[in-house]
Amino acid sequence: MKTWLPFEWIAAVRFLREGRMQSLLIIVGVGVGVAVIVFMSALLSGLQANLIKRTLSSQAHITLLPPEEIARPQQATDATALRLQKQAQRLRAIDQWQTLRDRLETWPEIAAVSPVASGPAFAVRGEANKAITVVGIEPERYNRVISLAERLTAGQLRVGAGEAVIGIELARDLGAEVGDKLRLSAADGRSDTLTVTGLFDLGNKGVNARNVYVGLRTAQSLLDLVGGVSSIDLALHDLDLAEQLARRIAGEIGLTADSWIKTNAQFVTALTSQRVSSNVIRFFIALSVAFGIASVLVVSVIQRGKEIGILRAMGATQAQMRRIFLLQGGIVGFFGSLLGSALAWSFLMLWQLLARNPDGTPMFVIGVEPGLVALAAGGASLVGILSALLPARRAAQLDPVVAIRG
Amino acid sequence: MAEPDDRVLHLAGIRKSYGSGEVESEILHGIDLTLRRGEFAALIGPSGSGKSTLLNLIGLLDRPTAGQLHIDGEDSGRLDDTGLTRLRGQRIGFVFQHHHLIPAFTAEENVAMPLLVARGRPDAEMFARAGRLLDQVGLADRKRHLANRLSGGQQQRVAIARALVTDPSLVLADEPTGNLDTHSADDVFALLREFNRRQHTTFLIVTHDPRLAARCDRIVELVDGRIVADRPPGPA
Repeated sequence: MKTWLPFEWIAAVRFLREGRMQSLLIIVGVGVGVAVIVFMSALLSGLQANLIKRTLSSQAHITLLPPEEIARPQQATDATALRLQKQAQRLRAIDQWQTLRDRLETWPEIAAVSPVASGPAFAVRGEANKAITVVGIEPERYNRVISLAERLTAGQLRVGAGEAVIGIELARDLGAEVGDKLRLSAADGRSDTLTVTGLFDLGNKGVNARNVYVGLRTAQSLLDLVGGVSSIDLALHDLDLAEQLARRIAGEIGLTADSWIKTNAQFVTALTSQRVSSNVIRFFIALSVAFGIASVLVVSVIQRGKEIGILRAMGATQAQMRRIFLLQGGIVGFFGSLLGSALAWSFLMLWQLLARNPDGTPMFVIGVEPGLVALAAGGASLVGILSALLPARRAAQLDPVVAIRG
Repeated sequence: MAEPDDRVLHLAGIRKSYGSGEVESEILHGIDLTLRRGEFAALIGPSGSGKSTLLNLIGLLDRPTAGQLHIDGEDSGRLDDTGLTRLRGQRIGFVFQHHHLIPAFTAEENVAMPLLVARGRPDAEMFARAGRLLDQVGLADRKRHLANRLSGGQQQRVAIARALVTDPSLVLADEPTGNLDTHSADDVFALLREFNRRQHTTFLIVTHDPRLAARCDRIVELVDGRIVADRPPGPA
């Protein structure tokens, strides 16, 4: 007998050990439930993280744009019948963007700031002529927002004067390879001839066919934005704060700030409802685990009626009896959760072995985080204790006279 | 009357009834009984006479409908459930007919159980005491055996050691030899008598066996919920 354990612990452990088969079965039952919950949680968070990562591979977390231009009538009295026509938005520069860039870089929530000068143009090579988006970037900064360098399939990320990095779709459309030349012409007749220095694949066909990355200066002169930028891209440390931060920036700086959450509203809604439905499933699994523990303990209280009576006759209080059964619930929950976490880990390993991309690489990497295991252990122990409430009450209220005679 | 403080047990006008209203039935109709330190008394009577009910009341496992019950001078009527449990744990030892050990524990642990329950945590002293008692009941070599690995007679001897481990004022034994063969029964009875002589522990023994009752100091006879005789052994 371990001398540091209180009486209730000793009795709870002995009772569980004595009813070996029962204890084992219910621990396995709890384990299976916990395994499904942990597996689902890990799979879902891995899947969602992966989806978000893919979505954001060609998108900034927040994009700052100049404020919208609004038609302001000079007279606006009730007497004048006025019909306002909304005006078309021109390509405009953000005022004082260097100051703004430096200021935003000091914000702790912001991981990277990248000014961008972008606008429409045509890419021409021989007979081929494609509508594209010229994206002028400072490669170092831009790469911290969208990891373009990692996504290159050929060449390198070099956008000096006369150099461009294009997507694999566009390269196919134009029949261009690294080292080939192509001509970009903007709407008002400005044009420039550039050498392709790299090909990228951002995992999005539209982006791969449309974006042509050039140096900031090249873009500025092509788009007639001398010295200006048309947008500022931001990367954040915490993705989930994007919308809040976008509102704050819009309020403090007076620019239009679009977060990825807003631009991908449907996608985000889909993720949220996926999470909600999995929470519902997890809740019901936890509930059925709780009922399992409760029913085993109720039976155990009935089986141990005589022993409960003897302990009471020897001076054990109702509170002590209650604790013995609460502890059994907690212990079953705790060990069940350890078993469940181990099971979930093996499921995940197996799943990663089976779920592969066509090229044989894992579809996405997920693991059982220690935090999730700790949460499962804590949660299952708590569920165990809660489900033992009723049996424990019955044990405490058992009349010792009846219990001993029976 | 002798010194009032040597009264281990004092019952006055104890009644017990079950049910309520028209179906109420009274089992005990006013019991007066006093046991003094060191007495070794038998409680006899036909089945259904209310012996077990009386024993449960004295053991503080149940409350009387009316009357007063003092254990070591303490009025049980004034105690709540926790108080009764504490008084029971400290002052009363039980030996049941079916020995009632807890099978998940060893002989030694079963004997130490009342102390463990009271102190909340195991300690060396309680096991030393349990060990000494097991020596005295002749089970020195069975200390580490699980309770259900012992024979019936051995289990009952463990139960006696358990009843005595808290040094109680009063030991209640409900047909302690009822389930044993005559040889084991004699052993067990001799053991009870020995503890009574050595430690002046008071015993109240419910028995059907006139042979055993005759070896007690005092015989209390219960018939139909009333004490009809209270006499020393010998020809009635």
